[in-house]
Amino acid sequence: MSKILIRGAKILGGEPQDVLIDGETIAEVGTDLGAEGARVVEAAGQILLPGLVDLHTHLREPGREDSETVLTGTKAAAVGGFTAVHAMANTFPVADTAGVVEQVWRLGKESGYCDVQPIGAVTVGLEGRQLAELGAMHDSAAGVRVFSDDGKCVDDAVIMRRALEYVKAFDGVVAQHAQEPRLTEGAQMNEGIVSAELGLSGWPAVAEESIIARDVLLAAHVGSRVHICHLSTAGSVEIVRWAKSKGWNVTAEVTPHHLLLTDELVRSYNPVYKVNPPLRTEADVMALREALADGTIDCVATDHAPHPHEDKDCEWGAAAMGMVGLETALSVVQHTMVDSGLLDWAGVADRMSFRPAHIGRLTGHGRAISPGEPANLTLHDSAYRGVVDPAGFASRSRNTPYEGRELPGRVTHTFLRGRATVVDGKLA
Amino acid sequence: MKRHLISAADLSRDDAVLILDTAEEMARVADRPIKKLPTLRGRTVVNLFFEDSTRTRISFEAAAKRLSADVINFSAKGSSVSKGESLKDTALTLEAMGADAVVIRHGDSGAPHRLATSGWIGGSVVNAGDGTHEHPTQALLDAFTMRRRLVGADASTGQDLAGRRITVVGDILHSRVARSNVHLLTTLGADVTLVAPPTLVPIGVENWPCEVSYDLDSVVGTSDAVMMLRVQRERMNAAFFPTEREYARRYGLDGERMAKMPEHAIVMHPGPMNRGMEITAEVADSPRCTAVEQVTNGVSIRMAVLYLLLGGNEPALTATGTSTRTEESK
Repeated sequence: MSKILIRGAKILGGEPQDVLIDGETIAEVGTDLGAEGARVVEAAGQILLPGLVDLHTHLREPGREDSETVLTGTKAAAVGGFTAVHAMANTFPVADTAGVVEQVWRLGKESGYCDVQPIGAVTVGLEGRQLAELGAMHDSAAGVRVFSDDGKCVDDAVIMRRALEYVKAFDGVVAQHAQEPRLTEGAQMNEGIVSAELGLSGWPAVAEESIIARDVLLAAHVGSRVHICHLSTAGSVEIVRWAKSKGWNVTAEVTPHHLLLTDELVRSYNPVYKVNPPLRTEADVMALREALADGTIDCVATDHAPHPHEDKDCEWGAAAMGMVGLETALSVVQHTMVDSGLLDWAGVADRMSFRPAHIGRLTGHGRAISPGEPANLTLHDSAYRGVVDPAGFASRSRNTPYEGRELPGRVTHTFLRGRATVVDGKLA
Repeated sequence: MKRHLISAADLSRDDAVLILDTAEEMARVADRPIKKLPTLRGRTVVNLFFEDSTRTRISFEAAAKRLSADVINFSAKGSSVSKGESLKDTALTLEAMGADAVVIRHGDSGAPHRLATSGWIGGSVVNAGDGTHEHPTQALLDAFTMRRRLVGADASTGQDLAGRRITVVGDILHSRVARSNVHLLTTLGADVTLVAPPTLVPIGVENWPCEVSYDLDSVVGTSDAVMMLRVQRERMNAAFFPTEREYARRYGLDGERMAKMPEHAIVMHPGPMNRGMEITAEVADSPRCTAVEQVTNGVSIRMAVLYLLLGGNEPALTATGTSTRTEESK
């Protein structure tokens, strides 16, 4: 059995303690633990977090291996401090059958860098018309519990209602990409002052908010749970806050980029800022941070969306939507939430590990850092300052909006069930 | 002046007046039997048109040729672009051929900005209309036409449009002409009012330096110039307005409305006109309508822009004068 002693780390930002890992589990937590037979990781001053869990990752395999594979995507996840990611269903073919979700699940097992929990499509081919075999995906080896047509909205109210009802049979959840399709035809960016000047078709906040309002009411009506993907507007926050005040089973996620970036950046017409939902305004960013801090928004999810270079090295209208995010997520959260005083490290652990694991019903992740628990851990050097250089990414794609930007903090070690996947900031 | 002309907002008042003054000089050349200047001899101007626009292309072509530049027309239709070549590869090709200026018309807002800032090419970029963003040379020729008509060609050197009331009517939401005109006309000191049904005014317009009205009749009486924008009939199908007839009744310019305009006021149209939709034949064919003049002025303005972007830093008027004399001495 291999032993690892993490010495002097601040668990969830608390007082320095030692953590002894024995095999796949945490054996001991305390001060001045003996190091006999153990490899020692000196962690003085660093923050020890439970392994991060991402509810929203595009791994692109099968189908778009030119932008990412399960292997490269899970490497990127490990570098970012993640020990589990949920792989979105909008692959080619779509993950709408037990066969495809099992394939992705198996590729995740083989990668060994990070657990991969496939998400199943809600409807066949993401077409929004006929329910996919949700039960079969749940019963498969992949054990799917989260279903999403992400990239497209389940806009038909009846289909959405049925999906919400149907997944109750196995404690599933529908993760909605809230985008009213008619209000967003040809939409290129947030509709507002900047879109008016730039002459780019607007993606109005109401297109997101109207769907969220409908879906929280539907979830309440049928007594199911609904999860809102990448919530991006101040109005959406208000609706979710209201739904939660009613006691309804509604959860929501926010992406790191919506916590930091605004539509002012689109003035550059640089497609690296093209994303769906679009970057919003400063007022939205501030509302999202507040909501994440007060728990209205349950978790941070990356919406890691790799694209090949040529799909971004072009004019805005021709460019693909999306940004990579796994390798910069924790730094952006530190910058926007911790360094700004809105959230402490225990809060970060909650929003980036405990709660997303709970929403996805992942039993082996999002656990306390205490003896007997699986050793899924992330060691984060919050004092580090560095400039983002996409050339060093583990992801196959480089479409980051943070190139050249200084961000705080760096994941130094990631442990997946006791095995180091990242050592000193490098893949092990 | 900057190296590129992407947005009318990039022009200071002095830049804009210099272009208008230079265009006046160019216009004088057009009145001569030999309409050609040697100024851009040996320089290459590429007209890179991803959208069909014969009017704008031939205007730029005539402008470049009158300055003796070599002109290459690169139309997306029937070229490698229609076979899927990217803007980047097209740009690299033009760069390899030694283009000194690229005049680009593109259906995507921001494409000229991308071309100018991506490092793909080294020459000057002139925006000849991008999506629903901007069309700065159209705004310049509009301002030039207004200055000639409202101030007078001879008295206008160095003058701007301070205090003039300009009304722009029509599909503001989808109009690159409106966006460029709002920037340029306000830079030149004019008071701009946009008139359209609320469906055709962009969300966010409250930040623009202009007024917005939904009622054409309330503003025509105080306008020095009324600019009618082309309204595509297909907009009706997306519920921007109920019917063509209702649009024409509420926002079209007919003889009756024109009669309410001040005596000196002009009617403008960037063309092509939808007669019977935004403008009646009576108005379009009246002497107050400057649509044809705008076309003529477009060549002078584009000559001035190409000259100022490519012709070096010496004072435009002196250089033009010298060139004119050179031409005459031949």
